[in-house]
Amino acid sequence: MNAIIVSAAFGVLMMFASFLVSNKNVYRYLAIIGLTVLLLANILETYAIWSIKFDSFLQLSFERFGLFFNSIAIAATLFYVLLSGRDIVRVGNYSAEYFVLIFFILCGVSIITSYNSLLMLFLGIEIISIPLYILTGSDKKNLKSNEAALKYFLMGAFSTGLMLMGIALSYGAVGNFGLEGRGVVAFGGSMRVSFLEVAGLLLLFISMSFKASAAPFHFWTPDVYEGAPSVFTSFMATIVKATVFIGMIKLLEARTGIFGPTWQIILPLMIVLTLAVGNITAVFQQSVKRMLAYSSIAQAGFMLFALWSANDMGREGILLYSVAYTLATVGIFAVLVKMKDYTFDGFNGLAAKQPLVAASVAVFVLSLAGIPLTAGFFAKYFMLASAIKSGAGVWLLVIAVIFAAVSVYYYFRLIQAMYFKEGEAEMFEQPTISFKGMLALFAVLLIVLGVAPSLLFNYLYF
Amino acid sequence: MIPVLLIALPIFSGLVAFFMKGQSVKSWALLSSLAVLGISVWSLFSNASLLSYDQAWLPSIGSRFNLVMQDGLSKLMCLLTALSFPLVFISTQQNNSNQSPQFFALMLLTQAGLMGVFLSADALLFYFFWELALIPVYFLCSIWGGEKRIAVTFKFFIYTFVGSILMLVGILSLYYMQGTPSFAWSSLTANASKGIYPNWAFWLFFLAFAIKMPIFPLHTWQPDAYEQSPTPVTMILSGVMVKMGLFAVIRWLLPLFPKASEQFAWVIVCCSVIGMIYASLLAIRQDDIKRLIAYSSIAHIGLMSAVIFSGNASGMSGVMIQMFHHGINVIGLWIVANAIEQKLGTRSLSEMGGLAQKAPSLSILLVVMSLANVALPLTNAFVGEFLMFNSLFKYNIWLTAVAGISIILAAVYTLNMVQKVIYGELNTLTEKATDTSFNVNFSLALIAILIIVMGVYPQPLLDLTKDAVTQLFAQQ
Repeated sequence: MNAIIVSAAFGVLMMFASFLVSNKNVYRYLAIIGLTVLLLANILETYAIWSIKFDSFLQLSFERFGLFFNSIAIAATLFYVLLSGRDIVRVGNYSAEYFVLIFFILCGVSIITSYNSLLMLFLGIEIISIPLYILTGSDKKNLKSNEAALKYFLMGAFSTGLMLMGIALSYGAVGNFGLEGRGVVAFGGSMRVSFLEVAGLLLLFISMSFKASAAPFHFWTPDVYEGAPSVFTSFMATIVKATVFIGMIKLLEARTGIFGPTWQIILPLMIVLTLAVGNITAVFQQSVKRMLAYSSIAQAGFMLFALWSANDMGREGILLYSVAYTLATVGIFAVLVKMKDYTFDGFNGLAAKQPLVAASVAVFVLSLAGIPLTAGFFAKYFMLASAIKSGAGVWLLVIAVIFAAVSVYYYFRLIQAMYFKEGEAEMFEQPTISFKGMLALFAVLLIVLGVAPSLLFNYLYF
Repeated sequence: MIPVLLIALPIFSGLVAFFMKGQSVKSWALLSSLAVLGISVWSLFSNASLLSYDQAWLPSIGSRFNLVMQDGLSKLMCLLTALSFPLVFISTQQNNSNQSPQFFALMLLTQAGLMGVFLSADALLFYFFWELALIPVYFLCSIWGGEKRIAVTFKFFIYTFVGSILMLVGILSLYYMQGTPSFAWSSLTANASKGIYPNWAFWLFFLAFAIKMPIFPLHTWQPDAYEQSPTPVTMILSGVMVKMGLFAVIRWLLPLFPKASEQFAWVIVCCSVIGMIYASLLAIRQDDIKRLIAYSSIAHIGLMSAVIFSGNASGMSGVMIQMFHHGINVIGLWIVANAIEQKLGTRSLSEMGGLAQKAPSLSILLVVMSLANVALPLTNAFVGEFLMFNSLFKYNIWLTAVAGISIILAAVYTLNMVQKVIYGELNTLTEKATDTSFNVNFSLALIAILIIVMGVYPQPLLDLTKDAVTQLFAQQ
């Protein structure tokens, strides 16, 4: 409960700071301090040293897995602010409010990782979504940003409707909002899961797939990711998306087997479709930002494997996947924000001008593509291994890895542009030493996790 | 102990080389590669306790950092890897690519990856190194290659990446098919004898190895990649890296899928033989000396892969020593080709002629390398080819007859090349040519000595690989 309360408190605190302090740098430092305190508070709770407790009437339950993911999300946000803090402040006039919204999103994240009732899930998803609508439109004078925000809001509102409908149906079948509940009806002499419940869960699943941008509910993603200010795109494509997957895993684990054998058709179909749409469309993009938007759909396809396998390995894997994917994507976006030209050609010759930045971006790209020695490899490895452990057909894995090979095509275009092509690679400003240092730290972390992923899991169990 | 040194030393010196400046990196890289050569020679004589290393790596999934020099084949391949890098560094001093510290750093990292492939006794670790050997090569070729380098290297990369990632799926599926999941070579092969691995897994593995070798019809990346890569990298690609594919078939594929490799042998043998003839015919038509050697290499590899799948024990030992011999012979040819290109600024055979008058020692050495390429008796390649054809003959006479044509074709394209390069009239281009430097002569002379000594007295190598052959056929 620490994370929920502390993040909300810091959100409110930052709101007051916005009219009490006018120095923009102060906001940034305040946010960094806040995130550090938040991280510490959450770690204290993880190890059961100190926590704020009050009765949530079984609406929330805190367990190691969720708390550990909280730490990952908070630490990732901290890194994100350390790396891109200056760019966040620069987006518009309401610098402090951006941090406020980020804190509120983290509050939603902590609710989703600990919900024990569908009502809480709904609250968490909404607490995440509404700040995101605002952040998407935060570049107020940019028409594309406005369009993206409106699009996201309309589509998001629709999916919220579906989610409420699903919760209502499930409530009708079970009689409460509990996660574990199951509506059972007599059917031809045997007891079956009630139709209402199946329909309700399916609607819930669809609306969460929408948030996770899994095909065929992905249509908003490219436009919104492209229209939103780049700094916020990186936040929403990584931490928020991973959180939604955690939410889905919790839901499907609690109500496992409800879809019956149909599930074996629905989910593989979704995985293949998501991988195909994301990867194939990304190949044709000329803008790096749009490529990353499609690639984030493709990565969601791999994360769906964790839902399919529903075993411990999948749970561990999704944590590693979140870390690997978040570090790499946040890193690339932080560099992208500084580029004058968002197309691939805009990166031409970056290696000659900024060797360290280019080397870090190369590591990020290799990790996203899943090349060994980077965390991205083990992330994908765990997804595939967990699926095969749960008895997935090899055809599904073969399709997945072939799409992973397709992804190499568009990720490596970035490496080609930076290293093998001549060009100017103009940036808005020269990256500072601390910026380069953070980027290098990200890259080193990815490589360390790529050699010894067990380092991460050790914290899950001790 | 020794396996760790063989991998750690190049990684360490490679990483240091990234931060070096100026010409000192040349001596640093040469020193490091000589040290590796020393260690690898040491491994031939050291006792077995020094030849393995085992350390927990990923406890949660049961993969171990297990490096073992299992048998003579591993030793031979490590020796080839260790021997080829100093040769490359010495003979290509003047190349443009060899002026940059990054070049040497990436080369040394490649060496570490190659060593890892030949030493891993854990399937996941093997996959790890298999990919690791590829990444530095991707950068090497894309940065210092020819005009079309980016597209060509990318084709090469995607090709091999698809193959290896399919192999990963294969490894994973085998992992869970055992009673107690394990990646260890010993455990995987022990379960193989129970016949629990299905045939499609065989193909997942085979594709990865076939692309790397490469055998017809998966060879299309190779001539382009060899042509466009900087020559030092081409030497490593064709001298050592294609041996990864052959090695992997012998070490992993045959022991893992004894039944499937027998069942599908005819498909693979036919593809290999077709590839031999096809590549030889194409080699005759080439004007670019690098492409010519590339196609000739496909033909030679085709024979080896045909014999691996069809052969008996003597054929297998022929393949093993030929893997080593083809490695040094083809490096010798590349050194000559590189020296010619450096001198004349062209690789086109039609623009050359009369080099014997201007560069006599280079011409003599070119003839030696060429004769070894044709597998003339008294050269090292003869022993291997004789054993291989002998074994193929026992498998199928007609296939042997067809494959035998490639010997004649090899003589045609190789001697044709010799004729065009060193005989004939001098032209404006070749008039200014001078004889080669000491470095090139030294490395070529070393190779020439090996060619003749091993051609006359091949027994040491046959003895070295004996245990690998017996072990392989004992399992089957």
